[in-house]
Amino acid sequence: MTFSFLRTRKWKYQKPSRIEQDKTVRRRIKYESELDIGFREKIAKMAWGERLDSCMQCGTCSATCPVSHYMDYTPRRIIDMVRQGFKEEVLNSFTLWVCASCYSCTVECPRGIKITDVMYALKREAIKQGFHPKRFLIPMLASKFYKQVLRHGRQNEGRLILSLYLSANPLLLLRNSKLAFRLWRRGRMKLFEKGIRNKASIRKLLSSIERREEEPVQ
Amino acid sequence: MKYIYYPGCSLKSTGRPYEESLLAVFKELQIPMEELHDWNCCGATSYMSVDELKAFGLAARNLALAESQNGINGNGDPDVHIVAPCSACYLVLIKTERYLKEYKNERKAVIKGLKTIGLDYNGKAVIRHPVDVLFNDIGLESIAKHIKKPLKGIKVASYYGCQMIRPFELFDPVHYPVTLDLLVDKLGATPLDWPLKTRCCGGSLTGTLHEAGMRLNYRLLSEAKKRGADMIITTCPLCQFNLECYQDRISSYTGKKIEMPILYFTQLVGLALGIPEKKLGIHRSFIRFPNFQALEMEV
Repeated sequence: MTFSFLRTRKWKYQKPSRIEQDKTVRRRIKYESELDIGFREKIAKMAWGERLDSCMQCGTCSATCPVSHYMDYTPRRIIDMVRQGFKEEVLNSFTLWVCASCYSCTVECPRGIKITDVMYALKREAIKQGFHPKRFLIPMLASKFYKQVLRHGRQNEGRLILSLYLSANPLLLLRNSKLAFRLWRRGRMKLFEKGIRNKASIRKLLSSIERREEEPVQ
Repeated sequence: MKYIYYPGCSLKSTGRPYEESLLAVFKELQIPMEELHDWNCCGATSYMSVDELKAFGLAARNLALAESQNGINGNGDPDVHIVAPCSACYLVLIKTERYLKEYKNERKAVIKGLKTIGLDYNGKAVIRHPVDVLFNDIGLESIAKHIKKPLKGIKVASYYGCQMIRPFELFDPVHYPVTLDLLVDKLGATPLDWPLKTRCCGGSLTGTLHEAGMRLNYRLLSEAKKRGADMIITTCPLCQFNLECYQDRISSYTGKKIEMPILYFTQLVGLALGIPEKKLGIHRSFIRFPNFQALEMEV
């Protein structure tokens, strides 16, 4: 059985060439002073990240993850790198975005770490600090989704994908036009939807919650 | 008790057959249910990746609306049961409920935010999945009484997906869930034992990281086919979309022809209850199951 599409698409496996790696002499290890010590605490403080320190590096999370072979660092390594304070490496990695939040790791973790929620915390940090790669579809989808819900109160799948592909890569629209047409013909796709009745209430609610977050809640 | 129906965005577009069949089945079984007025998006996985507290605030608006709607109805029942058929909505609402219970400060902030739009949240709303409602509230025995056309001779692989049963163990064991299989058995069909019941379908990765999504779906489809399944039933609109709509693409990538009908579990229940296909939205699916007509001939 051959997966011919694996070789033709962008996300293929690339063997790192040893010669290229060794061309320049540079330091490949971070000094302790360069690590971000506060990073661990910041992530552990976010919702359900409390048990981060109890990780014993068994690797069950990486083993159960259905998409770990698309990640540059496995979930186990991410957890340890967060604890050590490798902030740039963690926030720059694809791992956060490849995570499909299926919660396999959270269920299997013998130490009860909510790894999926830690991943969410890292995603938020990466978006907040502008770390994710440009024109990379997954974080773009998240922010498009965010804006659409803020405006209409509801999300429209057809419009969401349309606007995502338009701004990322219009060629993707061509590839999916047949699928879109088939869905439309069966009445399963609408491009126009009214959204909720009281749209102002969503904006009011979300902006009031935003203000509260900046001031510490007593 | 009246259930409050929270459809979620998917059930209004790509998951329309799910909504149609769910409402038809609940009507047939005489389960009272009404839609939540002016519901908003639950936030799904994307909102959580942008802002945590806002994501919980967004979902909490639905919970608060459900509570107030129950108060308006005033049927003397303090229980507020929200039925969320989409697995993503179901999990987000449950997570919100638990989060607001666990974290006092955040709870205060969210409740203050809800007060600015004139809503109040007391934490009374209980979130239920239709599978949970059918299995635990209605019971398989009383469903069996309504069956008009037993689905004899169909092998059904039940695909539970991720977010309905993980990470909280609510009504089904996380490692080997059985509720759908018992339901399928009661309908007269043969439940299929397959190990990928809860394996991830990739969720939104099929649109964003195409190759990874295709591979995950290929594995599910080919395993079901290898074990001789006639169809796969799902509980989530995104799983159904992923498994069904990319089959031609997966076939062309792998060179193996896969034609597996993917139905919502409510459609299967509806067929057994003798509801006409049009009302169940079966005409909206891409791949038709060939024996449905024959089934009707039998009776």
